[in-house]
Amino acid sequence: MKNLKYERIANNHKPKEKKSKNALMAFLSGGFLGLVAEFLINFYSNCFSLSRNTASTLMVVTFIFIASLLTALGVFDKLVNHFKCGLLIPITGFAHSMTSSAMDYKKEGLIYGIGMNIFKLSGSVILYGVVSAWFFGMIRYFIGGA
Amino acid sequence: MLYFNSFLFCGFICLIGELILDNSKLTTGHITSLFVVIGAFLDTFGIYDFIIKKVGGGSLIPITSFGHSLIHGALAKTNSMGIIGIFMGMFDLTATGITAAIIFSFLFALIFKPKN
Repeated sequence: MKNLKYERIANNHKPKEKKSKNALMAFLSGGFLGLVAEFLINFYSNCFSLSRNTASTLMVVTFIFIASLLTALGVFDKLVNHFKCGLLIPITGFAHSMTSSAMDYKKEGLIYGIGMNIFKLSGSVILYGVVSAWFFGMIRYFIGGA
Repeated sequence: MLYFNSFLFCGFICLIGELILDNSKLTTGHITSLFVVIGAFLDTFGIYDFIIKKVGGGSLIPITSFGHSLIHGALAKTNSMGIIGIFMGMFDLTATGITAAIIFSFLFALIFKPKN
């Protein structure tokens, strides 16, 4: 009885998350990043007369650089609070997870701190990416002959 | 037209991620891993290549493109090397992204002091 009452009171005071607002913010910020990506590819390929493939590689490196720098300066976490998945699903989230885990464990030293923990969060992305790519690649190789 | 498609596609992927995050108990770690697997799956039969042709830069930014490049490099290598090419070519296309992330995060972690 007491538990039920407690639960009701706690639920009333829980901060209500605005799901529709979150979704809109994620859509707009993600879309904005996509727009910047396309712009950067055009910019690099026109200015430095690179092929489209090289320009897109350079674009990815630019995004990773900016995301790492902002994370190290502590700005990225504030932005993530506002935009959530809009910044975490793009490649910026990958760079953010690596830099933030490196920063968090910096005080434990170079080997036991940064070295062992840098892949803490992004390790799952690499692991499941490689395993699934290997699995699907084997299927494709035997069925379609690639 | 590519700009408009980029905005819509990248925004749409992020929207799906946000909806999953808000309406279930999965964390962002689950969602990014899931999206990588989806990207690898979509490239198995060349669907993601079609999307890249239509969308442009907006399809190279979401984490799904990471899975796509993993399997794409692996399959490209099988043409010359046979089945061992899957192991050899796995990181061919993603090497820049991973290397850049490692270098920059290590350097910035050395240079800057943690805020908290």
